[in-house]
Amino acid sequence: MSVILQVANLVKRFGSLTAVDGVSFDIHEGSCFGLLGPNGAGKTTTIEMMEGIKLPDEGSILYRGQPLDRDFRNQAGIMFQSTALQDFVTVREILLQFSRFYPDSYPIDELADRFALHEFLGQDTRRLSGGQKQRLLLAIALINRPKILFLDEPTTGLDPQSRRNLWHEVQRVKEQGATILLTTHYMEEAYELCDEIAIMDHGRVIAHDKPDALLAAHFNDVVVQLRQSDIPPEIGEAEFEATYRNNAAHIVTGDVNATIEQLLRHDIPLDHLRIRARNLEDLFLELTGRELRA
Amino acid sequence: MWNRIYALFVARNLEFFRDRSSLGWNLLFPILVIFVFAYAFNEDNPEKYKVGVVGELPTEGPAAGFGATRFVNFIDFEDVEVGRVKVERHQVDLLFEPGTRRYWINRSSPNGYIVEKLLIAAYSGADESPAQNLVEGDEIRYIDWVIPGVISMNIMWGALFGIGYVIVRYRKFGILKRISATPVTAMEFLCAQILSRLWVLLVVNLIIYFGMDLFVDFRMHGSYFSLLLVFLLGCINLICCGLVVAARISSEEVANGVLNLFSWPMMFLSGIWFSLEGAHPWMQNFAQLLPLTHVTDAAREIMIDGAGILQIADHLLILGISSLVLLVIGARIFRWE
Repeated sequence: MSVILQVANLVKRFGSLTAVDGVSFDIHEGSCFGLLGPNGAGKTTTIEMMEGIKLPDEGSILYRGQPLDRDFRNQAGIMFQSTALQDFVTVREILLQFSRFYPDSYPIDELADRFALHEFLGQDTRRLSGGQKQRLLLAIALINRPKILFLDEPTTGLDPQSRRNLWHEVQRVKEQGATILLTTHYMEEAYELCDEIAIMDHGRVIAHDKPDALLAAHFNDVVVQLRQSDIPPEIGEAEFEATYRNNAAHIVTGDVNATIEQLLRHDIPLDHLRIRARNLEDLFLELTGRELRA
Repeated sequence: MWNRIYALFVARNLEFFRDRSSLGWNLLFPILVIFVFAYAFNEDNPEKYKVGVVGELPTEGPAAGFGATRFVNFIDFEDVEVGRVKVERHQVDLLFEPGTRRYWINRSSPNGYIVEKLLIAAYSGADESPAQNLVEGDEIRYIDWVIPGVISMNIMWGALFGIGYVIVRYRKFGILKRISATPVTAMEFLCAQILSRLWVLLVVNLIIYFGMDLFVDFRMHGSYFSLLLVFLLGCINLICCGLVVAARISSEEVANGVLNLFSWPMMFLSGIWFSLEGAHPWMQNFAQLLPLTHVTDAAREIMIDGAGILQIADHLLILGISSLVLLVIGARIFRWE
């Protein structure tokens, strides 16, 4: 796969704060690339520099080997984290406005069908629900048949159903051959959609690979999870090196049988026991010592 | 490019014309002001008659007797020419020069007729009698004078706030940021905003002008084309002022403050409500720096004196050049975020 977007040594400072501190990666044509990290990690600043919205203080961004220019603007679809639309304008009018910005745009009715917006076409954009508005913003991002699509936390604040629908749409866009760059702080989302992920913290990329490869490289064990009230910290921490979060005790082990035998010896009730593979959430904790959504 | 400008133009127009409260206010406010003035200034003045005097009134003789008439306001004039224009416009009922015993009255002024009788009565029995000079001209009421000002004022508020405030709001809520992610350039965006606001101001002020024409009989002696040209240039100039203010600010409160800083001095010092004749020279010079002074003066010269384009060319030139300078500055310092 050829490299469509190349990012090298990006630095962005806001006053004394270095929001992005030497970020480099390549995005391959037709792939979905995820930027993961907690709030304030520098994801949005990075993606906005790649969109050409913010200028980097240092470093370079090349789209098909060229600096970001008018061609890039015509070929990029962008969905910001939050976008206000003009007041007193209907869904159809806003789609029409954006379609006129580009030389080659999707017919509005086709987009409306695809994003289930038909019944809202005549409605003021301020009266849309969160999910409807997000669908409209995605439709706007796709209106110019983009070759590269930027999605900044596209599902933040959506209910699970809307989130699944949006994932489905993103997958469809990918199947049609577009390249996608996505930021998220949902590990599940990154795992579901992305071919490659870069984990960011404090403005730097701290890990970068395919999701499974990242997990395999860092973990060869599983997590035994128990209800916090079932295993007192003095036993859990001393005997099992358990960590406590979200009302649960997490015991990392390479030998599940031995761990369960040991739990039984301490008369720990196993009614709420769960065994799960290590996920990106654990990886993030492992890498930074912090929780992702803290 | 025109497609993109057109798209932004249409969207902004829809937003404006659908915002009923703001549209209503834009139409209602100037009409209210005119009506208040039309009626407030039609109140009779307790000093019924105004007589202009060129030179000193003597302390003895018939002229002194005339000067002692009660309920007549005697106003001093430096020279005959200034006073004569006032008589033409019915702002003064009679102009009297005691030194030469000449006086000027307006044939069509009823007040002038009565004051003339008083003057002649004062000289009855005297050896010499005063010499009559007739001038012609229709009455210029305050309403004739204030209407060009009120329309200028309406253009100023509409242009400064309609551009300045709206762009700042677009920036604050990220609407500008979203547009900056498309192929639209800053110049295309600004052109669309200028055209949209120009169109809006034109429609609103045409409605106001002809709406008032139905109810208030005011003076319009010049050509509509010249008047349109003045108001168009005035709109462009004030829109460009708004662009400069809105080029970088992203807080509505700051924008509001800065726009008020621009608009209130113009409101009082560009001669909308009262003439700056007789004001301190520095104030008169300062007024010349305000674009609204030139819009108002040019509109008055057309509507009241029937001036042609050549006579207002200086105002048009000043407005045109300063618009261009402001537009270039506004576009250069403009930021999407």
